[in-house]
Amino acid sequence: MQTLMTGNEAIARGAYEYGVRLAAAYPGTPSTEILENLAKYPDVYSQWSPNEKVALEVGLGAAIAGARALVSMKMVGLNVAADPFFTAAYTGVRSGLVVVSADDPGMHSSQNEQDNRHYASFAKIPMLEPSDSQEAKDMVGLALTISERFDTPVLLRITTRIAHSQSLVELNDPQERPLRPYAKDARKYVMLPAHGKARRLVVEERLQRLVEYAETVPVNRLELRDRKIGVITSGVSYLYIREALPDVSVLKLGFTHPLPPQLIKNFASQVEKLYVVEELDPYLEKEVRAWGIEVNGKELFPPYGEFSAQLVKEKIRGESSVQAAPFEAPVRPPVMCPGCPHRGIFYTLKQLKLVVSGDIGCYTLGTMAPLEAMDTCICMGASVSGALGMEKAQPDLAGKVVSVIGDSTFLHSGITGLMDVVYNGGNSTVLILDNSITAMTGHQDNPATGKTLMGQPASKIDFVALARALGIRRISVLDPFDLDRAKEVIKAEVAAKEPSVIISRRPCALIVKTIDPPVEVHDCTGCKMCLKLGCPALAWDEEKKSVQVDTALCTGCGLCVNVCKFDALRKGGAH
Amino acid sequence: MGKDKNILLVGVGGQGTILASKLLSTAALSQGYDVKMSEIHGMAQRGGSVVTQVRLGTRINSPVIDQGEANMIVAFEQLEAYRWAHHLRKDGVLIVNSQKIIPLPVLIGAAVYPDNIIPRLRERIGRVVEADGLRLAAEAGHVRATNVVLMGICARFMDFPAEIWQDALKARIPEKLLQINRKAFVLGYDYAAAV
Repeated sequence: MQTLMTGNEAIARGAYEYGVRLAAAYPGTPSTEILENLAKYPDVYSQWSPNEKVALEVGLGAAIAGARALVSMKMVGLNVAADPFFTAAYTGVRSGLVVVSADDPGMHSSQNEQDNRHYASFAKIPMLEPSDSQEAKDMVGLALTISERFDTPVLLRITTRIAHSQSLVELNDPQERPLRPYAKDARKYVMLPAHGKARRLVVEERLQRLVEYAETVPVNRLELRDRKIGVITSGVSYLYIREALPDVSVLKLGFTHPLPPQLIKNFASQVEKLYVVEELDPYLEKEVRAWGIEVNGKELFPPYGEFSAQLVKEKIRGESSVQAAPFEAPVRPPVMCPGCPHRGIFYTLKQLKLVVSGDIGCYTLGTMAPLEAMDTCICMGASVSGALGMEKAQPDLAGKVVSVIGDSTFLHSGITGLMDVVYNGGNSTVLILDNSITAMTGHQDNPATGKTLMGQPASKIDFVALARALGIRRISVLDPFDLDRAKEVIKAEVAAKEPSVIISRRPCALIVKTIDPPVEVHDCTGCKMCLKLGCPALAWDEEKKSVQVDTALCTGCGLCVNVCKFDALRKGGAH
Repeated sequence: MGKDKNILLVGVGGQGTILASKLLSTAALSQGYDVKMSEIHGMAQRGGSVVTQVRLGTRINSPVIDQGEANMIVAFEQLEAYRWAHHLRKDGVLIVNSQKIIPLPVLIGAAVYPDNIIPRLRERIGRVVEADGLRLAAEAGHVRATNVVLMGICARFMDFPAEIWQDALKARIPEKLLQINRKAFVLGYDYAAAV
């Protein structure tokens, strides 16, 4: 039976069919739906971990214990998980371990555009790259086979276009994979230097065997057609080549670390002009060049952004199609939803003219006009630690910096930063925006929501008790819809000569089931104060010289009622 | 089987473009087409522009429609029709919902929502079908069925038998909402015949 699946759904299906027993991840676009879909197969134990490092350690533990395991993450997640990733190459596994890295060329939902293929060569771990959903599913199976045959974790590297594109997948029945019995083997799994030195040699010897394997593995496929042009490619770029240049010869590489030198040299010798077409860095190209083969690559194709069939035609055939000019349309950026509990906090931070050390989540939208209340956003957790550096080094900033971080991000990697603040005598104010969900990635549970990925009840992290345990004495909890109190508390805590934690507590507007009647407008004076909230349910009507409430969007949160000085905006349904 | 078709569904996060694309793919698959779909989500779901690309044919390679190669654009909102119009082939059809959703830069006065979008689109594009999807959906029983009204219009320009669409609706829409959506689909289908 064939069915349409995204790459992410197909990877989940592959894990199910090929006997994965444990899967772990932290949500991150474009990888999130892998675990969300795996949770639909009750035979596979799947879980959200607090961060990617933890997820990979859980997965590695399962593989060492004797169970097939899969761990998935967005590309920046592998930075977090890099520590166990590198040493897992030394220990190897007992049962198969697949690490999925979902890269984001074009930066649709990411803070950078790193090419994680480098991690495979950096960590000396074999890598597979699918081109569509069927291959994504099949390669989970192949990765597990390679993992067990060569005793190594395998990196399955996808990109946003693979993760979020749908194509037909053939479904098969799951295979039973019995657990392998556990046996202690300290020389293999205890990586103290003496053991590590011995394993270091194993890693090199394994790489040599993997090179031989890469020469003949069927996912590295020679497609000889017209010999005038030959293209070496992998991943989604293969589809663009087939679309744009159906007649050219192609070396399609599905196994991209380590690369097969003989296969590549053989292909190069059979074609007149050789190209490498790959998104992001010249990963394949550099290797091919190092073998003394002449190729055309990044001097034609950009090292950033996504490719397309059109781009391939332009660069290889020199066909520049005449394009209709687009109409000039104002941008429609993502915005905080109507009723979003973050909005009032950013409005207040802007009013107080504070320096805001920001973090990653929906609340990063507080950067955008009209709120414009974020100074920095680097990576998960950097708000808390970054603010400490700011106040320690720049006297002008002392007493003016707050860090803002969501519940899930704080649990991911904000806790260690807060520990640093306490330990090193910082005065930071840390605002934890607790909306009881991991919102930006589409509402996943986390250790503070009281529920697991598989829907089981779980204990809830208590942020107040946690902050107290870390040594914070000034802890406040507030409702972000109560603007007056929020302002008063933030002002007092920023002024305090010791670190404080403020927990702004209200669930995400999209998970709240009941909403209040829409706000009503009575004799608007046209001061436009409410428009500074940047609420999509409020618009200025130039003809009527009045603010209008979009009753279909308004959740009746009342934030604008709080801001209006003329009582023109009133809670609906009061009369 | 007809020729390959490239269809862009464009709108604003929350308008139901994803269900619309599922109806289309379900119908196409049952007709034996190869189908590829691509949609980028993530930050876009917070009220940003959304686009779903649907390609169907004998054998589809790229999941992405090249600029100027869409046979049809179904725009759930006027400004989104304007934003994506240049992706249409010269002989393509543009279906556009009359609804306007004002983006935040316009709400706060930092940008202007263009005037006369539909007439300007008509100047450049041979076949523009404008429909008040909200009104037709309300007539069917609920404004949220606007996406299905638009797919009813889209169906007029596809060469699938009518019953295929009925099967797709049944496969993709929960039982209790099916009646409203069947009505919405027919209202769109009939509307497209009349214009």
